[in-house]
Amino acid sequence: MKRFTEKIIEGILKLSGGVTSIIILLIILFLFKEGSGLFNNSSIEKGYVLSVNPANPVKTLSPKQVKEIFDENITNWKEVGGNDEEIKTFRFEEIFDLYPDEELDGEILSQRLSDEISKENGIIAFLPERYLLTSFKGKLLESNNVSLSEFFLGKEWFPTAVPAAEFGILPLLLGTLLVSFGTIAIALPFGIAVAIYLAEIADPRIRKFFKPIIELLAGIPSVVYGFFGLVVIVPLIQKIFGLPVGETGLAGSIILAIMALPTIITVAEDAIRTTPRVMKEASLGLGATHWQTIWRVVVPYSISGIMAAVMLGIGRAIGETMAVLMVTGNAAVMPTSLLEPVRTIPATIAAELGEAPVGSTHYQSLFMLGCILFLLTLIISLSVEFISGKKKNNN
Amino acid sequence: MIKLEAKGVDFYYSDFHALKNINMQIESNTVVAFIGPSGCGKSTFLRLFNRMNDLIDGTRLTGQCLVDGKDIYDKNVYVDELRTKVGMVFQKPNPFPKSIYENVAYGLRVNGVKDEKLIAQRIEESLRSAALWDEVKDKLKKSAFELSGGQQQRLCIARALAISPSVLLMDEPASALDPISTSKIEELIYSLKKNYTIVIVTHNMQQAARVSDKTGFFLLGELIEYNDTKKIFLNPDKEATQNYITGRFG
Repeated sequence: MKRFTEKIIEGILKLSGGVTSIIILLIILFLFKEGSGLFNNSSIEKGYVLSVNPANPVKTLSPKQVKEIFDENITNWKEVGGNDEEIKTFRFEEIFDLYPDEELDGEILSQRLSDEISKENGIIAFLPERYLLTSFKGKLLESNNVSLSEFFLGKEWFPTAVPAAEFGILPLLLGTLLVSFGTIAIALPFGIAVAIYLAEIADPRIRKFFKPIIELLAGIPSVVYGFFGLVVIVPLIQKIFGLPVGETGLAGSIILAIMALPTIITVAEDAIRTTPRVMKEASLGLGATHWQTIWRVVVPYSISGIMAAVMLGIGRAIGETMAVLMVTGNAAVMPTSLLEPVRTIPATIAAELGEAPVGSTHYQSLFMLGCILFLLTLIISLSVEFISGKKKNNN
Repeated sequence: MIKLEAKGVDFYYSDFHALKNINMQIESNTVVAFIGPSGCGKSTFLRLFNRMNDLIDGTRLTGQCLVDGKDIYDKNVYVDELRTKVGMVFQKPNPFPKSIYENVAYGLRVNGVKDEKLIAQRIEESLRSAALWDEVKDKLKKSAFELSGGQQQRLCIARALAISPSVLLMDEPASALDPISTSKIEELIYSLKKNYTIVIVTHNMQQAARVSDKTGFFLLGELIEYNDTKKIFLNPDKEATQNYITGRFG
C-alpha cells in the first residue's frame, strides 16, 4: 500500500512537470507558427488587388512605392521604372463619384471599373477582387510577399496603411534597445550603489528596514508606475528640457529604471554578501580602508553575480509593456535621441493586437514581433546562465 | 621593551562576557603563544590588537589595549594605519582570487605605494622571509589558488610581511595544514622572531612549546597564567594549567 501511494504521488509530480513543460513549448510553437506566416503573405490587404492600364510596362511595385504613389509623393511612372506618364490614382470608392448609384448595379459596376482602367494610361487602381470580371481589361500587378529584409531593415512601420502596409520593424527594435540602454544607464549605477550600501555599509537595522521596502517596489503593478510616470515624470521632462511633448524615450527609461531597481538591488546585494568574511578580513588586516576593501576585493569577488543582476534588470526592461506604453509617446519613427517619442516592441503588440484581424498580415507581423522579443529575452537569460555558471566553475 | 599591553581589559559580545579583566605585557621580538580550550577567549583577545573585533556588531570593550604605549582604541587612531603596524595571519589560508604577485602586492597598493620596482623588490623580500620564494618565483603570475594549503598560508604570511609590520598576530595559523606544512610554518615563526613580535593562538600544545618564549593560558575568558613557556609546561603555578596541559580537560 505504501509503495503504491508513493508511485501515485511520483506519477502526479511527473505529470504536472510534463504538462507545464509541454504547455510552455506549445505557447512558443504557437508564437512562431503564427508569426512565420508573415513571410508568405503580401503586404496588400487580402481580397484586394492593384491594377494598372494594360499598356503600362510596370509589373510590380514594392509596398513603399505603392504608399508613396497613393500619398502622391511619386507622381510619374518613370520614377518607378515605367513610361514618362503622370500617375493617376484611383480608389474603388471613386467610381461612385463618376456615376450615379443606379447606374452601378451588379455587373455594370464591374464593367465600369474595367472601362475606367483601360481608358486612362497612367492609372493605378486599388480594387476589391470580387468586382473583377473574367473579361477584366486592366493588368493586375504581381503582389510580392513581405520579405525578410523589408521586415528587419525597413524603417517604416505602417501596418494598417491602405493600399499597401509597411512592416519595417527597425524603428521598434531600435526604440526598444534605446529605452533599454537608457534604463541600464540609469539603473546600473544606482542599483549597484544601493546594493553595496545595503550589503557592506548600512547598519543591520537599516538593512532590515530597507530591504523589504525595496522588495515591495517589485510588487507594484506596472500600470501604477506608468500612471506615476505620466503624471509626474512626463511633465517634468517636458519642463526641464523645454520639449513640445514630455512623452519620450527618457521618460520610459526612467520608469523602467525604477522598475528594474528592485531586481538589480536584491540580486546584486545577495551576490555581494556571498563574499567570504575571511576575504574582507584579509584585506582590512593589510591596512586597507573599508572602501578599498569594497572596491578591490568585494566587487571583483561578486562581479559575476552583479552582472547577472544587471542582465536580469535588462530582461525586465526589454519585456515591460504597460508602463512604457503609457509614457513613451509611441511614435513608430526611427529614434535619434532619448528626448523623442519612441515606440517599443511590447508596446506595439499591446496597442495593436486588439485591432488586427485574426490571421491578417498585420496580426502575423505582431506575432513575429513577439518572436523577436522572445529571442531577445532568451539571449539575455542564457547570458545570465552563462555568467553565473562561469562563477560556479571559478569556485 | 613592552610592545603590546592589555590593562584591565573586559570584552563583551552583546551580553556575553568574553574576556574578564585581562592584564598582560608582551615584549618586543618575542613569540608568545595563547593556549586554552575552544571558546576561552584567546582568539578574541588576539583580535583586539588589530581591532578586528570592530567588524563584529554589538561588541564592547572596557580597559586599555596599548601598542608601543599608545591606546589603539583612542578616538584619533586610524584603524587602517594601526593594521599596517599590526599584521595578521588567519586560521584558514585566505589568499585573494588574484595572482601570487598581486596577493603580496595588495597591502602595498592599498597603502599608496605606486613604484612598481619597489613593489617587486618588497614582494621578493617578503616571499623569501616567508620561505616561499624558491617555490613560486617562476609562477608569480599564476593564481594563488594553484598553491597547496601550506604554500597558501605562507603566501598569506608573506602578504602580511610585505607592508613591514612590527607585530604579527597569528590565529591558529597551522590548524588547517598537514604536519609537514605545519613544521615549515613553525620554522618560519622561529626565524621571524628577530624582526617581529609574534603572538600565536594555537590548539596544539606541542606547537606552543616548540615555538614560543612565553605562553598564556586562557580559561573561560580569564587569563589563568602567563609565564615563560618552559615554566608553564614543566612547572605551572596553577592547577587548572597543569590539568589542561596534561590533557585532563580541553
